[in-house]
Amino acid sequence: MATEPRLPGPVEGGLEVSVAQAGPIPLAADFHCAPGELLALVGPSGSGKTTLLRAIAGLYRPAAGRIRCGGETWFEAAVACWVRPQRRRVGLVFQDYALFPHLDARANVMIALGHLPPAERREAAEAWLARVRLEGLGGRLPAQLSGGQRQRVALARALARQPRVLLLDEPFSAVDQVTRRRLQRELALLREAIAIPIVLVTHDLDEAAALADRLCVLHGGRSLQQGPAETLFRRPASPEVARLLDRHNVFTGRVIEDEAGHRRLQWGPFRLEVTEGLAGLPLGRRLAWYLPNSDVVLHRRGRPSRGERENPITGRVREMVVLGGMASVILAFDHCDDTLHFEIATHAARRNGLARGETVTVSLLAHGIHLMPEVPLPGEEPCHA
Amino acid sequence: MDWPALWVSLRLAGLTCLLLLPLGLWLGRTLALARFRGRSLCAALVALPLVMPPTVLGFYLMQGFGTEAPFGALWSRLTGTTLNFSFSGILLASLVANLPFAVQPIQRAFETIPANLREAAWCSGLGPWQTLWRIELPLVWPGLVSALALTFAHTLGEFGVILMVGGAIDGETRTLAIAIYDRVQAFDEQGAALMSAMLLLVSFLTIAVVYGLSGRRRGLHGH
Repeated sequence: MATEPRLPGPVEGGLEVSVAQAGPIPLAADFHCAPGELLALVGPSGSGKTTLLRAIAGLYRPAAGRIRCGGETWFEAAVACWVRPQRRRVGLVFQDYALFPHLDARANVMIALGHLPPAERREAAEAWLARVRLEGLGGRLPAQLSGGQRQRVALARALARQPRVLLLDEPFSAVDQVTRRRLQRELALLREAIAIPIVLVTHDLDEAAALADRLCVLHGGRSLQQGPAETLFRRPASPEVARLLDRHNVFTGRVIEDEAGHRRLQWGPFRLEVTEGLAGLPLGRRLAWYLPNSDVVLHRRGRPSRGERENPITGRVREMVVLGGMASVILAFDHCDDTLHFEIATHAARRNGLARGETVTVSLLAHGIHLMPEVPLPGEEPCHA
Repeated sequence: MDWPALWVSLRLAGLTCLLLLPLGLWLGRTLALARFRGRSLCAALVALPLVMPPTVLGFYLMQGFGTEAPFGALWSRLTGTTLNFSFSGILLASLVANLPFAVQPIQRAFETIPANLREAAWCSGLGPWQTLWRIELPLVWPGLVSALALTFAHTLGEFGVILMVGGAIDGETRTLAIAIYDRVQAFDEQGAALMSAMLLLVSFLTIAVVYGLSGRRRGLHGH
């Protein structure tokens, strides 16, 4: 009977990363990850996610910056400090798992148990395999294991080293959907038990939002914004972040004052009420704004729209795509080329007679409108008031 | 049967393998992994004996081994012996002629190891030597075996280079391959046939060992 393995942690100080270089891979990233926290690095291919992970592990040396973990300095360019990967105590799960093909699952885990006396390694490896629910498969070679089982061996190997930080490089990309769900669930359970920083690299936003406490959005090696998924999805720092997070509904508007002396956001012919952020802005100021899909509310057909809810606007359905229970609707307007995206339950769309070419009225909830005044607008705007 | 010639051949092949093993490992691994200026030139130099006519290679080696040449002079000063027409001379020549047979299979084997396996070993706490011993060597094992087998078999059959550098001194530089030629020249076809059969047998055994070993590794990987 295998005993419960000693789980890593807790560590003091967490992980702090601040690296920069002009090339060959441009980097300008700053982030931290507290003990027990799961931080997801998200961004498109080539955004530098994996390079940053490799820098933390000691497999890539950036030109400038600093990496500290658990109170130790692993990299500090200013004093030419560089700790080799062997000395960093990092648990890294590679995208393709990088299991040693000539060693069975048990021996793969035992490789990472060099800190234990040789006599104890075998039993400890068995305990780790049991921890990731691979009892009895210790004698199998990687080629004889399924994708999900290989991922578990890689995870056991990474944790067996008693790491100060756990790094996961797209750990769910090489398995099928069903296995992915199960492994994600197991990771969520596991992280309750380990008190070290966990950094997850992924391009899957749903996965990041579901698993991570915070997301760090990367593009071209730069860290653009960090925060809980909900905050990022509702308050992206810039149109660029919104685009990287696959959020539509970014528009440009102008600050005006209506007849009653209230500040409003002028968007084409519409004067939008905004709960937060307009008060401090100068009149006439042009700025980018964003509205989450969830804050677009469809008016029921035949009902007088005026006054029912805030910010009623009317547009034409340019596209409606039914994907199972939800319909994705795109509205076009006469006053600009930008389109408004929102989702609605398919049955509600049918009941309201939504179809391509139909004219519909929706409300843009005032508290959902997020202004981005500090972001410079591109030279020519498609949407001119 | 020319037993002294067989002994010279086996001694030459065995020593060539023994000396080329560490050199081939180091060179093959360096050419596979390191990125440095002149890497292609280095790989070309290693491959050169493969495409050079053996008599040409032998001629240049003979020139280099002579006491008028810097290398030959240095050797003579250090050891008090000359390289031409000596066992040391044909051994050195054999090392040069077999360089590509030892280096290339090892280099190809190292090239097939995914880079992240090495990195996974480092992240698991293995130092460079431990990584070489526990991860890389077991994975390049088939390449290593075929390098040794090719070197061994090729040395047994080498004719032109050995003849140019060593001549055919009994018990010193006359290998089995040269002895066969001498027998044919002397119209002793029966002797030549016997020795040819002996070389054929040794060559076949060598190649059988290689296929046996690499086949077992393939089975182990389960692909």
